Amino acid sequence: MNKQARTVHPALHTQAVVARLRKRHRRERRFRAYCIAAVGFAVLCLIFLFVDIISKGYTAFQQTAIRFEIFFDPEIIDPDGERDAEMLAEADYAALWRQPLLRAHGEVNTRALRRELYRLVSSGAAFQLQRMVANDPDLIGHKRTVWLLASDEVDMVVKGHVSRHLPEAERPVSDRQLAWLDNLAAQGLVEQQLNRRFFTNGDSREPEEAGILAALMGSVYTMVVTLMLSFPLGVATAVYLEEFAPTNRWIDLIEVNINNLAAVPSIVFGLLGLAVFLNFFDLPRSAPLVGGLVLTLMTLPTIIIASRAALKAVPPSIREAAYGLGATPMQVIQHHVLPAAMPGILTGTIIGLAQALGETAPLLMIGMVAFIVDVPQGFTDPATALPVQIFLWADSPERAFVEKTSAAIMVLLVFLIAMNALAVYLRRRWEQRW
Amino acid sequence: MIEIILVAALLCISALAYRWGRNYALAAVSGNPRKLHSLPGHYGAYVALWCAIPALVVVALWLILEPRLIDYLLVSHLPDEIKTLSSAQIDLLINDIKNLADGNILSREPDPAMQAAADHYNRWHDIGLASLAIIAFLLSASGAMCARRRIAPRFEAIYKVERLIKAFLLLGSTVAVLTTIGIVLSLLFEALRFFNRVPFWDFAFGTEWSPQTAIRDDQVGSSGAFGSIPVFAGTAMISAIAMTVAVPVGLFAAVFMSEYASTRTRSALKPVLEILAGIPTVVYGFFAALTVAPAIRDMGQSLGLDVASESALAAGMVMGIMIIPFVSSLSDDVLNAVPNGLREASYGVGATRSETILKVLLPAALPGIVGGILLAISRAIGETMIVVMAAGLAANLTANPFEAVTTVTVQIVTLLVGDQEFDSAKTLSAFALGLGLFILTLCFNIVALRMVRKYREQYE
Repeated sequence: MNKQARTVHPALHTQAVVARLRKRHRRERRFRAYCIAAVGFAVLCLIFLFVDIISKGYTAFQQTAIRFEIFFDPEIIDPDGERDAEMLAEADYAALWRQPLLRAHGEVNTRALRRELYRLVSSGAAFQLQRMVANDPDLIGHKRTVWLLASDEVDMVVKGHVSRHLPEAERPVSDRQLAWLDNLAAQGLVEQQLNRRFFTNGDSREPEEAGILAALMGSVYTMVVTLMLSFPLGVATAVYLEEFAPTNRWIDLIEVNINNLAAVPSIVFGLLGLAVFLNFFDLPRSAPLVGGLVLTLMTLPTIIIASRAALKAVPPSIREAAYGLGATPMQVIQHHVLPAAMPGILTGTIIGLAQALGETAPLLMIGMVAFIVDVPQGFTDPATALPVQIFLWADSPERAFVEKTSAAIMVLLVFLIAMNALAVYLRRRWEQRW
Repeated sequence: MIEIILVAALLCISALAYRWGRNYALAAVSGNPRKLHSLPGHYGAYVALWCAIPALVVVALWLILEPRLIDYLLVSHLPDEIKTLSSAQIDLLINDIKNLADGNILSREPDPAMQAAADHYNRWHDIGLASLAIIAFLLSASGAMCARRRIAPRFEAIYKVERLIKAFLLLGSTVAVLTTIGIVLSLLFEALRFFNRVPFWDFAFGTEWSPQTAIRDDQVGSSGAFGSIPVFAGTAMISAIAMTVAVPVGLFAAVFMSEYASTRTRSALKPVLEILAGIPTVVYGFFAALTVAPAIRDMGQSLGLDVASESALAAGMVMGIMIIPFVSSLSDDVLNAVPNGLREASYGVGATRSETILKVLLPAALPGIVGGILLAISRAIGETMIVVMAAGLAANLTANPFEAVTTVTVQIVTLLVGDQEFDSAKTLSAFALGLGLFILTLCFNIVALRMVRKYREQYE
């Protein structure tokens, strides 16, 4: 600043001017600091958000399991020895793991204590054993080492999300359970394993059994419907408006309308879907088909606006050259304009789809908030979507669902980042500057 | 399923028709395409289009009309004593008959009349499908024949085909208009049903909102008050909190990016801010509910303040963070559009950068910036997931940001998620709220878009 002050003409080099200049430059620096602070605040928010989610969620990719030596006792599973599938399905599989656990803990003799002990292991353990037998009935009568899932409360303690130093009343795990757990861990029977169930299961009331596959497939079906409808419709609209539309009031109306539609709250599209698709056309509730239809209407303006910008960027000289060679308007568009604009159109489409993939509110309106255990098999099966699953889990009271929610958010963000990266790549790789 | 096979079969036939028309045109000029008016493919496309379109239109119409027609037939064939039942009961019965016909589980024991109706239903369904298939195939065959008969070397197939494609494009572009009409009609229709039960003035100016209507008449605490003022006030408060975060931060960030940052910093910062805009709102909701709200509550407690765990402040602040990039990217564009001459003139008379920005650029860009802020406000008003997850459910008419308030979108979601009966005022009130929300955001949008457009024209 001193340097600048010295360059002032000597005649103006009075005390007052120098002081004023100093003040003005101070103000300049302060303003600049505000600007930098604003950018810093935004970036910090972003970093904090990511760190918060990742630190909450990364542990969900592992799950605590307890090792059992299970004897597939024919007396319990199949007393008649007939291997009848129905009999096998109804047997008391819980007894298979409860008995060895009881034998290892001789001091457990009352009913209440037994129940406390059993709560170390997930209530889904019996199903796991049942599935093993159903897949391979020859197991009956043999002994196997099996890792059974620990219950979500134990899992939370092992991962340190619930502190062991809390007073017992505030902990979901009792002192006795902690002692048993430590005992098992000392024998090397407790381990953190890769949580494959998170990617292969549907929703579940038990956090340790809950997975995202059903929601993910619901999202995939919804996105397929959205892509199939919104891309052709969006491109058709953009081509018509950009290449053929006469300038009249009707076309003006369409344009204003599209711009406004882009700013209509997404929940209003959900209300439209509820009133029109479900109540008027009687389409099935909770179906990816309806979800896709609603999201199509929502993303259409985005795709149209991006496609029009891409079409507008194709220089008129290309069109004129094609016309000069005798091409018809449709040939000009099909052979020259559309291929040149395609990178921009695809980029817009991908960004629109990424928006649709993260959208939750309209799906709530059309009933895609169901508790879905089975992976949907088609476009009309009841389904939910990944963001809706996040919403549902975030509402669950169990502590273990916080970790699942964060992990599901991480999966969703990975998809979104991948889509946006693809869009950026397309833009960099194929975009032409005329 | 069968319908999909039918459509696929029709498309295959059209592909064959394409080859047929193309080869026929070529044969007509003994294999010399130069004697044809259009390219051989255009003749093929002409035949294929005539083959596919009428048949597909019939299939589409049938898919829309068939369920209604069959319901009507079912009802008219039911025994007379059933026809005296209420329409809801008849709907239930029809549902059961359909389940019986599909072999699904019923809500009651089937009686012979239902069994007969289910058999009828299956037969009608089969007859309908068979006749649809026959009609569709006949139409596609005759369409292809007629089109083929018109093919001649001088036939201007290309114009016909292009006119059809153009009609398709026009049809596609009406979808956006139809969407708007659909939104307006569906909201208006359901809202009018609501205003039949609850007077409009009670809704518009009532200060009590508790939409739980009584199931029994003697129930306590279920008055069913539908005064929307507290709900809209909650929306206004949360949006205002969001804007107090988003406007200064977004505006300063935009100024930094357009006026201070080097090209490299700018190209690194812009995508980072765009990530903030690309994060799904449900993620912000989770962040607000589980991280920000408890933090604010604890902070308030340590200061001796009584902060609700679903305070408006938490939801509003997180919403503000979400909106920062909208404000910043729109303002950035607007600032960039200010002609460089203005900047240089200002520097030329000795102004510092901040003086140039504050006294020249911002006034020049004001309409555009205000437009952008209006768009951001409309975004905040319509934002749903953050408030559903982090704001309250009870409608408090308060100006204290530490208390829990509810918003229009929260109420719509809570009223419509889960089981609903479509003739209760409670369910219908969601549509009235939706209509209010739509009109409000529409006004903001129209004004904002007009301002932004006017501003652009000014400097073009």
